[in-house]
Amino acid sequence: MNDAWLIILKRDLLLAFRRRSDVATTLFFFLIVSSLFPLGVGPEVAVLSSIAPGVLWVAALLAGMISLNRLFAADFTDGSLEQMLIAPQPLALLVLAKILAHWLVCGLPVVLLAPLIGLQYALPNDALLVLVWSLLLGTPTLSLIGAIGAALTLGVRGSGLLVALLVLPLYIPVLIFGAGAVAASQHGMSAQAHLSLLAACSLLSLVLAPLATAAALRISVE
Amino acid sequence: MKINWFKYSSPQTFYPLAEKMIPWFAWLAAILAVAGLYISFVMAPTDFQQGEAYRIIFVHVPAAWMSMVIYIVMAAWAGLGLALNARLSAMMAQALAPTGAIFTLLALVTGSLWGKPMWGAWWVWDARLTSELILLFLYLGFIALQSSIDDPRRADRAGALLALVGVVNVPIIYFSVKWWNTLHQGSSINMGAAPKMAATMLLGMLLMALAFWMYTVAVALMRVRCIMLERERSADWVKALSLGAKS
Repeated sequence: MNDAWLIILKRDLLLAFRRRSDVATTLFFFLIVSSLFPLGVGPEVAVLSSIAPGVLWVAALLAGMISLNRLFAADFTDGSLEQMLIAPQPLALLVLAKILAHWLVCGLPVVLLAPLIGLQYALPNDALLVLVWSLLLGTPTLSLIGAIGAALTLGVRGSGLLVALLVLPLYIPVLIFGAGAVAASQHGMSAQAHLSLLAACSLLSLVLAPLATAAALRISVE
Repeated sequence: MKINWFKYSSPQTFYPLAEKMIPWFAWLAAILAVAGLYISFVMAPTDFQQGEAYRIIFVHVPAAWMSMVIYIVMAAWAGLGLALNARLSAMMAQALAPTGAIFTLLALVTGSLWGKPMWGAWWVWDARLTSELILLFLYLGFIALQSSIDDPRRADRAGALLALVGVVNVPIIYFSVKWWNTLHQGSSINMGAAPKMAATMLLGMLLMALAFWMYTVAVALMRVRCIMLERERSADWVKALSLGAKS
């Protein structure tokens, strides 16, 4: 069981490594979206640092979302998804490996890039640290919940926009807690409550989302 | 005596039953609405703080209640359809979704109409308004997913799964929005602390809520009959029906 899990993880990472431009697209999207706001709002430092938590988190949300389509689409077209469906290993576990690979490829780079953009928004150092922590705890939830949406819209016409409609409302708690954590530390308060809630969301979706995704894949592929 | 619990779970037997039930619910809705509107516009006293403008709550609050109740009922039908693989349950879920979305929209519109004279703004990011807005997004997602999948069985099951995921998320969303709101706004606006309602106001609101409920049942039954005909168009009983209508 562990073998199959590891093999899928390695395979997905290898595939991502071979198609490096896909990874770069997500990262550049995050970079561009968060660079648009200073151009639209104006370069005042006070304004920028007050909107920074929300802007960075919304940008991370959108970057996580645009990469969702790739989660299952390639496996669906070349038939390897069907092999996973009929494999003796539990589908939820295999799905979890795919989600983990997706997060490592699309989520983690955003987490690592975020403090750099936070600097451009004149965030103080401890807020930068909280930003990284909140993204680290929150972005796995985005990949986990997003996988349900990606599985439901597999092979559906207009799936790119549809997935946004399905997934973004479900992302709202993560956005609130994540941006709230950074804002709290900016105002000199403890961010621990927000971070704990983010971790709770992650753990809850870690348990439930792979099961729901597996069920959705069975519905979509049958 | 053995009861056949599943007698009305097939479209063929439910179609005529629904036809018989619709007038009852429609008339009940009409009578309750007339009584409720009479109480709320004629009998209920004018509020000493808010004047006449408060009377919009007789539509606003029942619509907000219904928007939430319908989502839960819809998810329950959807879950039942997914668990028992029952066609009719999934059709009921599909039939309820547009009514739920309309009530959510009605609650939002009447809320902002009420907000203008009360708070001086068409829209405030109040916790309830915001979570109602997110509920509208959830309804729209459900409808959009179902209508973009061509195969009706797959659309049913995908929609059902989405509705169940939504139901798990609704409390999380509600509390996150509530905490977000208390952090950002303080207690400048607090609807919970409104003065105690007079008994007639409560009665009017309850009657209107019941009227909306009966309306929902009637409309959902009408819609489910159309869905049944559309989906089962190649079944014998539908052909027999259309032949009977022609002769």
